[in-house]
Amino acid sequence: MKILKIFILLFLVTNFSELRSDEINDVLKNKILKNIRCLICQGQSVYDSESEFASSIKLIVDRKINEGLKEKQIYQFLREKYGDWVIFDPQLNKNTYVLWLLPLLLFLFGGAIIYKKIILNKK
Amino acid sequence: MKNKFSLFVVVIFLSFCFVIFYKGLNTPNNYTPKVNEKKNIPTFRAKDFNLDSHINSDEIFEENTFYIVNIWASWCVPCRAEHPLLMQLSKNQSIKLIGLNYRDNYDNAKKFIDDFGNPYSRILIDKDGTLGIEFGAYGVPETFLIDKNKDIIKKFVGPINQEIVNEIKSIIK
Repeated sequence: MKILKIFILLFLVTNFSELRSDEINDVLKNKILKNIRCLICQGQSVYDSESEFASSIKLIVDRKINEGLKEKQIYQFLREKYGDWVIFDPQLNKNTYVLWLLPLLLFLFGGAIIYKKIILNKK
Repeated sequence: MKNKFSLFVVVIFLSFCFVIFYKGLNTPNNYTPKVNEKKNIPTFRAKDFNLDSHINSDEIFEENTFYIVNIWASWCVPCRAEHPLLMQLSKNQSIKLIGLNYRDNYDNAKKFIDDFGNPYSRILIDKDGTLGIEFGAYGVPETFLIDKNKDIIKKFVGPINQEIVNEIKSIIK
């Protein structure tokens, strides 16, 4: 009886851990797919699209996750094939400096105006 | 003087923003593939169309030979239009044609080849489209030119035409 209990316990533990790992992979897969642009659709992510291109990408991402590739490695793989455009979230590189730095510059510029108008005028 | 300087800074800043956004407006908002980017051929394993076996990419591509990888399908209308040109290219001894049968039914693909002729030295089956992704394709037909160093040197999106055939011939000369 004791052996049976141990066996059942082991069975449950191993199966639940497997389920957990599958769930983690699914969450990661969905996160990646939502960040990949469907190149033949209008403004849709691969996650939202049912096109042939999207279904092939879904298979590839699934395969890469099972091969043990990390999220960034999968993005890099797709960037090598299709360029930066395929990823919704742009990386910081020479083509996107302005995109990333312009809001910061605008913020600093606005802050400087406010500082000058309010703080300095009060003094 | 101080006000003039502030105005100058504001004008410069707004001009800068205008130029950036104007440039952004002129950039096409859809995917434009890079057709001249040099890339290594991907490593893959695929099923041969005529044999009931799988083959590795290393066994397909040899050094010192030009290759054309053409993605095609029997259901693809533009593929029919470019097929006579592929037949014309296949007569050239300096180049080998590899076909990638994309998301197709075997019987229909076989009928297509029987009806229109087989320009390919080897046909690979890409049942789920993932092999096309490995090549960086996003539709059908697409054609890749591979040089003697096993690098993809050109990519032609859509059906090839006589102009493209002439361009390929001039490269492989």
